This record gives sequence, structure tokens and C-alpha cells, in this order.
Amino acid sequence: MKSFWTRFSYNRGAVIGLVILTLVIATAILAPFLFPQSPWKMVQRPFLPPFTQDGLPLGTDALGRNVLSGLAHGAYVSLLVGLVSTIVALAIGVPVGAAAGYFAGRTDDALMRFTEFFQTIPSFALAIVLLAIFQPSLTFVIIAISIVSWPPVARLVRGEVLSLRTREFVEAASLSGLGNLQIILRHILPNALPPIIVLASLMVAQAILLESSLSFLGLGDPNIMSWGYMIGAARTVIRTAWWLSFLPGMAILLTVLALNLIGEGLNDALNPRLTRKSE
Amino acid sequence: MFKTTKLTAAVLALALAGPLAAQDGTPKAGGTLNVVIQPEPPSLMIGLVQNGPTQMVGGDIYESLLRYDFDLKPEGQLAESWEISEDGKTYTFKLRKGVVFHDGEPFTSADVEFSMDKFLRETHSRMRTYMEHVESIETPDDYTVVFKLKQPFGPFIGIFEAGTAPMIPKHIYEGTDFANNPANNTPIGTGPFKFDKWEKGSFIHLVKNEDYYMEGKPYVDEVYYHVIPDAASRAVAYETGKVDVLPGGSVENFDVARIQAMDNTCITDKGWEYFGPLSWMWVNNDNKPLDDVKVRKAIMHGIDREFAKDALWNGLGKVATGPLSSSTRFYDGDTPDISYDPDQAKALLAESSYNGETIRILGLPYGETWQRWAEAVKQNLSEIGMTTEIVPSDVAGWNQKVADRDFDLAFTYLYQYGDPALGVSRTYMGDNAAPGSPWNNVADYQNPETDKLFDAAALMASPDDRMAAYKTIQDKIVEDVPNIWLLELGFPTIYRCDVKNPVNTAFGVNDGFRDVWIDK
Repeated sequence: MKSFWTRFSYNRGAVIGLVILTLVIATAILAPFLFPQSPWKMVQRPFLPPFTQDGLPLGTDALGRNVLSGLAHGAYVSLLVGLVSTIVALAIGVPVGAAAGYFAGRTDDALMRFTEFFQTIPSFALAIVLLAIFQPSLTFVIIAISIVSWPPVARLVRGEVLSLRTREFVEAASLSGLGNLQIILRHILPNALPPIIVLASLMVAQAILLESSLSFLGLGDPNIMSWGYMIGAARTVIRTAWWLSFLPGMAILLTVLALNLIGEGLNDALNPRLTRKSE
Repeated sequence: MFKTTKLTAAVLALALAGPLAAQDGTPKAGGTLNVVIQPEPPSLMIGLVQNGPTQMVGGDIYESLLRYDFDLKPEGQLAESWEISEDGKTYTFKLRKGVVFHDGEPFTSADVEFSMDKFLRETHSRMRTYMEHVESIETPDDYTVVFKLKQPFGPFIGIFEAGTAPMIPKHIYEGTDFANNPANNTPIGTGPFKFDKWEKGSFIHLVKNEDYYMEGKPYVDEVYYHVIPDAASRAVAYETGKVDVLPGGSVENFDVARIQAMDNTCITDKGWEYFGPLSWMWVNNDNKPLDDVKVRKAIMHGIDREFAKDALWNGLGKVATGPLSSSTRFYDGDTPDISYDPDQAKALLAESSYNGETIRILGLPYGETWQRWAEAVKQNLSEIGMTTEIVPSDVAGWNQKVADRDFDLAFTYLYQYGDPALGVSRTYMGDNAAPGSPWNNVADYQNPETDKLFDAAALMASPDDRMAAYKTIQDKIVEDVPNIWLLELGFPTIYRCDVKNPVNTAFGVNDGFRDVWIDK
């Protein structure tokens, strides 16, 4: 464990990423306490620029709503969508990939063709179509994002499992009489975990971007304040109130950047064979 | 050198003439008018197609017997004078003499009879229902037309405008298949401008009618209607000087403030009096708890419409006081109070049958302004203690949901056509409430008393009697709050200040640019 942190913290970018993400998470958790009022509440006159009024450091939007409160509550939505849809995508992708890699042959063919079917459709277009069919609500946004983001997981897990299944310890487990499920769960997957964790951290970032893009296009849940919604609502006034799209844009940029940096740090820390720099 | 001097002299003369002309307002002839048209009309034949852009361009080419000022008082156009008999059943129009169509044929009473009785009865659905009140049309001579009605029909004097009753040349259309007549592509009317050229997807070009019957008019030589499909590009076209007139609704609300601030830019929200666009939220009166009048009243008092007007509509328009727009005939401003009062709203809600049910708000999918408006209403209602959710939809989904009555509250706005019998009763008549249409009595308001009054008021001869009936109707309906009235919408026409008189009737730019002149 010590070596994990040592290796992780050796990547300075990763540490910065972790700090930013911690701040975002703290904001998301504290939002209901810092801004107990709804972020939709119209508190002041519209289009108040930042730093002109006490209590409204980032000004107000087109309906006079507190931008800072919107950003804080939006952090919660973005992280929630990112996390939950990643978990759901993993829950689909890992079993599919593991089964394909472990059983190989026809199972592999069938599962991989199915996966490719999803991979050949551009993920963003597919998400839009799914949301156009469903009612855009937070649940369906999460489902849509999960559906478009599980195929890379399946392919990655399949590759890992494929290389692990012929190892001696797997054969030993098989000889000792363990069933297939036991072998996959207890011997193969734990060893395939590091790359999955790295991928998952990047998927959270990807999901946040997807949610923002969907909300920007007006396909998000209209009852939920998210960063993408804030940009989408502000884009039409970008010539008169640029900060309304700039601020949530920065929030998305920083969060996604932080997650990518962390992903890189995790990759360094979890991959002992990778001898980077002078260790 | 000589040339330069002459030019300088000319410029000087112009510079001197400018302010002088502006002072005494003497119209100047000449110049080109560049106007935005949005969207591109499917046809310019105003008798066949009645959508907005067709009426706008067609209003320059075609005319009717009358036109209407901002108070909806009739003025003569092709009719010189008119008379309504004591019993309200005979309308006699004396036509202007010496009027010719763009192809040189004279305009006579035969054209009026043909247009009203044959052409429009066949092609114009709104006109067809009006013509059901007409028993006969007589033309004792070339310049007299007499309409005999089956019973008095008060709104009749209000239908003689170019979009409703355009005068169609009999000599071109008689005995032909109206919809497929090739002449539809080269429209011929009596209006101040003649059709010249239509470059599809780009512009429509009209030129001055040299034989127009009003001395000196029209003043401008030509009109270009520019087709620019994107709202942001239309704003830029004005900013760069490509167009000089932006008719109401051609730029987004949030761009209005920026454009308004430009030099030499004037803005008016007049010219919509006839249409009287009134916005409201349909309330599904059949759904619990909205069947409780206290809940509806709570919503009515709980919504800050003044704020919506200022924040979303740039302060243009008016807060509605009831089912009639204030520009519609027989409007009564003295109806029960429905202004913003959150405390009263909370009190009403507490007394009502509301128990925290989630109320579904269906926004109007017409862009940012309407989306923000739904959010503002949701927030207003949450502050008086109601749980609401916004149901997203596209235009087709909105039509479907409203037609199927699958909503609790739904934003909309409709035109009133100047008279409650033409544009208001349809929204509140009990027998016009069958599901399947998003434009009828969607709220399913049932009140036999107002139904009877609506029926009677349409057929009263005396305007005073009609006023009394409509006053009672308005009081009753406001008392019942079947819908949540929002704003009389203001669709500003934006134009360069040196374009004079672009809007001078209740139809605004749709009534043609007969009186426009450019002070340059």
C-alpha cells in the first residue's frame, strides 16, 4: 500500500488532480448546506456580473438565479451521473468481457459481435437517440450514458482475461476443483483489476462530458441544475454575458482534467511493470 | 474639379434638406427597403395560404376593402365608404373608382363578389365560417357591393383586411382550378407593390406599382424580402446593414436589447392589435386537484408575471388581466384582480384540496424564452408550496400531449383576430372541448352560462349590447380561472429610424409598406 501512494504521488499531476477532485466532491456534498435555497430560486435582478454584489460572488443568470449556487448543486449532479453511470457500465461490461475472454470460442464470438454492434454506432449519437425515445430524466440520462459506454470495458476485460486464463495459477485453481464462476471472481478478475480501475476513472470523466453535452443540447433533465444545462441556457447570451457559459465550462474542464490526471497517476501506481522515470 | 463641386453642392443640399424634411415630415420618394422574412413563405398567393410570412409579403401585393387602425377602427382601402343598416343585417360598400390590377384590368364590384363568394369560400377556412352568416352578395353597379346577412353578426365589419378577405382578380381566376392556377406564381393584386422576382431561398423582390391609385404612393421604389433562416444571422444582417426592418419575432428576445441599443434604431410593439397574441397556461380542469377553483386561483396569484415580462420579454408586452387581450374589441379591464400575491396564493392553497401532488408543467418548445419561462413558473409555484415538474417535449410532442390532454399545465399562445367571437370564444365554449385538437377548449372549461352569452353576443346588432354581454363573460371567466393568463405578448418590430411609417395599422408590417418612406 505504501508503494502505491509513493508511486501515485510521484506523479505530481495526479496529486493536483486529486486535490481538485477532492474540492469538487466537497463542494458537491456541502452544496445543500452552503446553499440551502434551491439553485432555481430567482434571487436578484438578472445578468448581474460577477463580483458586483455581496453574497452573489459569481453574479446571476438570465432569470436572476445565483450562479455560484448553480455551480455547487451542478457539481453534485455531474459527479452523481459520472459515478453511477460508470458503475452501471462496469456492471454490464465486466461480466460480458469476462465471459467472452474466459470461455473463448463461440461465446467469445457471439459476445464480441454484440459489443461491436454498439461500438460501431457513434456513442454520442446513440445517446441522443436513446434520450429522444425515452423521456429525458436523470435516470434515463444515466441509463443512456451507461449503454453507450460499456463496450470499451468489455473489450478491455476480455483482453485481460484472455491472457490470464492460461496462467499456471488458473490451471491450479481449476485442478483443485473450483467452478468457472469461482475462478473468474476469485482468481482472474482481481488480477485484471488495475487496468479496469484506470479505465473507470477516465469513464467518469467521459460520462460527465456526455451529460454536459446532452444537457447543453436540451436533452438533459429539465428539472435538474447541471453544468451542461447552465452552459446551454447561457450560450444564447454569450455576447452579452460571457461569464454565464465560461464559469460552468471551467468547472467541467477542471473536473474532467482532474479525473484524467488521476487516471494517469493510477496507471503509474497500479502497473508495477511499468518502470517510469527513475524509481 | 467642376464635378467635385457639383457633388459637394448636392451633398450639402441633401444635408440641408434632411433635417428640414424630418421636421415637417414631408415624405420623400425613392429608395430601397430591405426587410427580413421568416420563414420563407410557401406561396405569395394570399387567398390560398394564410400563414404569417405569406400575409406579410402578400399584404404589399393584395388589398382588401378596409384596413384597421391601432384601435381596430375601420379605414377605407379599396372601399371609399361603407354603411351598416340599423338592424345590422345589410352592409353596403362604395368602392374607390379608377383602381386597376397590376395587369391593367380595372377592379370592380364583380371582383369583390367573386373573391368573397367563390374564391375565398373555397380556399379560406376561416373565411368560410364567416361567409355562413351571409345570405347574399349583390352588385347593383360596378362600384357598389351589398352584403345581406342572415342575422346580425357583429364581427363582420372586422373581416375586410388583406389577410382575411384579399381582393382576387376575377378575370384571371374565374372558372379555373384555383389551387393549381399558374398565375399563383406571379400574384396579381391592386396593392402598392408588384411582384417582380422570387429567388427561392434567397430573396423576394417587389417593385413600386406606378399606377397605384393614391397620389404619390408608394414612396419607395422597391422592396426586398430577405430569407435568412437563422435567428442569429438575422440579427447580424441588421447589425451589418443588410436589412433595415426586422418584423416582430424575427430575432430572439435576448438579442432585442442589444440591437435596440444601436444608433439610428427604433422599436415599436404596435402592429399586433388585430392578432392580440395572448399567452396563457392551459389548466387541465378535469385533473385533480386542478378541478378545484382554489388551486387554480392559488396558481394564478402565485406567478410573478411582471418579472417574466421584464426578465424574459425585455419589458415588452402587457400583463394579461383575463381571457381578452386589451387590444381586442370589447375588452374589459375591470375584471376581478389576478395579480401576483404569493401570500394570498399560499392561503388559497392551504384552504384547497391540494395535497402535495406533483403538477406537470408542459413548456412551449419555441426556444429559450419559453423554456426559461417554464423554469420561472416552476420556481414561483414551489415558493407557494406546490410540487411541480417540467415535462420536456418537441413541437410534435407538445401538439400530441395537448391534443390528448396529457398535461396539468401547458404553455400556449393564440391570436384573437380582433373580436372575441372570432378568437376568444373557441377557447372557452363547452361544446368545443373534444380531445384531439390542441387549439380548441383544451382546458375543458364547462360553463353553460358563458356558453349562452358567447352565442348570443356574436349575433347582437348593437355594439353596446355586445359590450355588456362580453363584460359579464369576462367577469365570470376570470372568477373561474379556467386558464392561467400570462402576458399579452409584445413582438417588437425593429427598424432604422430613418425608415418612416413601417407600422401604422393594427396589422403592422403585414399591411404592406404603402405609407413607408425613407428619410435619406
